[in-house]
Amino acid sequence: MNFHPLVIPFLAGTVFLLIVISLKYINWIRRLDANQSASIKKNILTFKTVQAISEIFHESLLHRKIYKKNTLLGYMHMSLAFGWFLMIVVGKIESSFYYGTFLDKPWLGIFFKYFARTPHHYFMIIPFSFIMDLLLLVTLSGVMLAILKRIRSTFLGLKKTTNHILLDRIALTSLWWIFPLRLLAESATAELTGNGSFLTGTVGHLLSVLSVDQLELPLWWAYSICIGIFFIAMPFSRYMHIPTEIVLIFLRKWGAQAGEEPSGFTDIQLNTCSRCGLCIDACQLNFAAEINHIQPVYFIRDTRYHHLSKDVADNCLLCGRCVEACPVGLELTVIRQQVRQKSEIHDNNYFDYNGAPEKTKKADIVYFAGCMSQLTPTILVSMKRIFEEAGVSYWFMDEEKGLCCGRPLRQQGYLQQSKDLVNKNTQLIHSSGAKLLVTSCPICYHSFKNEYSLTIPVMHHSDYIEMLMKETKLNLIQSDIEMVYHDPCELGRGSGVYDQPRHVLQSIGNLTAVEFEKEESLCCGGSLSNMVIDSESRQKIRDNTLKVLTKSRPDVLVTACPLCKKTFAQNNKIKIMDIAEIVAANIKNKIKTS
Amino acid sequence: MKDWGYKISTPRVIDLDIAYTAGYAKLVEEVPSAKKCIMCGACTATCTASNLTDFSFRVCHILFRRGQVANLSVELDKCMLCGKCNIVCPQGVNTRAIISSMRIILSDMNNRNNPL
Repeated sequence: MNFHPLVIPFLAGTVFLLIVISLKYINWIRRLDANQSASIKKNILTFKTVQAISEIFHESLLHRKIYKKNTLLGYMHMSLAFGWFLMIVVGKIESSFYYGTFLDKPWLGIFFKYFARTPHHYFMIIPFSFIMDLLLLVTLSGVMLAILKRIRSTFLGLKKTTNHILLDRIALTSLWWIFPLRLLAESATAELTGNGSFLTGTVGHLLSVLSVDQLELPLWWAYSICIGIFFIAMPFSRYMHIPTEIVLIFLRKWGAQAGEEPSGFTDIQLNTCSRCGLCIDACQLNFAAEINHIQPVYFIRDTRYHHLSKDVADNCLLCGRCVEACPVGLELTVIRQQVRQKSEIHDNNYFDYNGAPEKTKKADIVYFAGCMSQLTPTILVSMKRIFEEAGVSYWFMDEEKGLCCGRPLRQQGYLQQSKDLVNKNTQLIHSSGAKLLVTSCPICYHSFKNEYSLTIPVMHHSDYIEMLMKETKLNLIQSDIEMVYHDPCELGRGSGVYDQPRHVLQSIGNLTAVEFEKEESLCCGGSLSNMVIDSESRQKIRDNTLKVLTKSRPDVLVTACPLCKKTFAQNNKIKIMDIAEIVAANIKNKIKTS
Repeated sequence: MKDWGYKISTPRVIDLDIAYTAGYAKLVEEVPSAKKCIMCGACTATCTASNLTDFSFRVCHILFRRGQVANLSVELDKCMLCGKCNIVCPQGVNTRAIISSMRIILSDMNNRNNPL
């Protein structure tokens, strides 16, 4: 007996699933952009493929990133993912042993207990049954935790969980039912045929108070139908992340990156989101400003199902805290910029800013303060003092008439206008013949590093000051001033500059660590990326961040971004200084002032 | 003509048959803080684009409110969205959102008037 109609729902679901996901993947891979295809072709036959397979094992099945977030949450995911995976694999091996061939019918592993009713001629029965029961128990414990998470999410370390749509709820319910139904069905069969182990055997005895022979077949039918429903719902629900994360890990290891415009790779990332909701707790708009509908989980969902509203797309600080929190490593901020693209007003001939002066005299360093630094003149004065002290020849590029770096326009999706500014600025910078570009604004720094193709290196002033100190061109006075440092989003998470400003500050006074810093640092609330929220919401975010930063009651709060400084300063509770200011104020006098 | 250092303004009329006042209603809906503007001009005083061109956010905002939208989209393209105006605004008006909304509203209007 190798076939029974009860396998039909399972088979239909499997065939449907395979057809749908194959079509989807073919479509997405065909729509990869030129850079992505090129780097994939270059890396597909290298060691990176092996690394990708190892990462798939660690991240898709065991999921170390979720373990790091919360052990119980990690166990929940692992027991479901790895537990089910092993049940399929061990079930296949078991049925291959039983039938003496590896090429037996594919459903026999899934419904093994139902078909293998005469276990006595099968010598491996005891160890296999034991392993399968153990795996089922592990998976069931995962289901229990998943149910617990729905009831009380704080138990698994989540303050808020995702509000799921109906389709996800259907898929979720069918997934949850698969394992208890399998237990009951196998137990009923075990009671009738004696092929169970410690779990199914015991539950079978308990079931024997009912008429097991009548229950057995309906239970197996229900089990098969649940798998069928789950497989049919999977490609359209959050569970598309199961196969898609594997594809994403391969493509990412082969060097694919999200570009400026949406491509097939964007679709793959959209489908990799499992809507776990870890980004919700990370989002400051959620916990500081009570805005609960725009978090990446909802943004990605709405983009995937093509009903993204302007509000959801635009209402984001692009601070990048969610990117750090995302267990599957989606490029959430880049995708948001992709969909903000304003292609409908792209045909305009943008204005040509001819007013910005070119440099005719050569200098060693170009100093680009940035628009925001123009609003914080103490930074400009301090930087001039530092340049003089170091004795370098510099050209203050935007002292009188400067352009914007182009990043604010790019963030809002005005790509062409942004590119015009990039070209103009590139021409100006290269005209100076300088060997180094120093900027005071992290937004400009990020832009110069990633969006320009300059022939000279770029440094943020915190990095530059550290370099001067290493070269002993700058000597600072050490005191016992108490400081905390605020990582600006674009400098820290955006560009990975964490240590340089800290080194500089440690040579001035005592630097105290704060609760959220480096990768976890908070946004000041002044972010240029968000054009939707009103000033009240910005103030809420600012005050929340200041509360964290000033817990240790420092003498001064140091930051490295004029926009952060300006935003914090409006609260007026603590002394705010830019790193350039505090450095300039503590220079050991080499130049004698007459 | 002799330069007296001042001149008589050319008389101007707002032709209500041409004026596109629906745009402002839409703008206020999208950016409620637009109504808080007191036209003080602090935005224009700090503006990066005004430093290089004759762009004035204050003037653009007034013209848009009056529905005098001819040539306005060309003017708005000068803005670089750098955000200084947002910071200096004493009324907390979301100036950049106003610029972006005006651009989109005007572009929609042009697309409607000249399909293809």
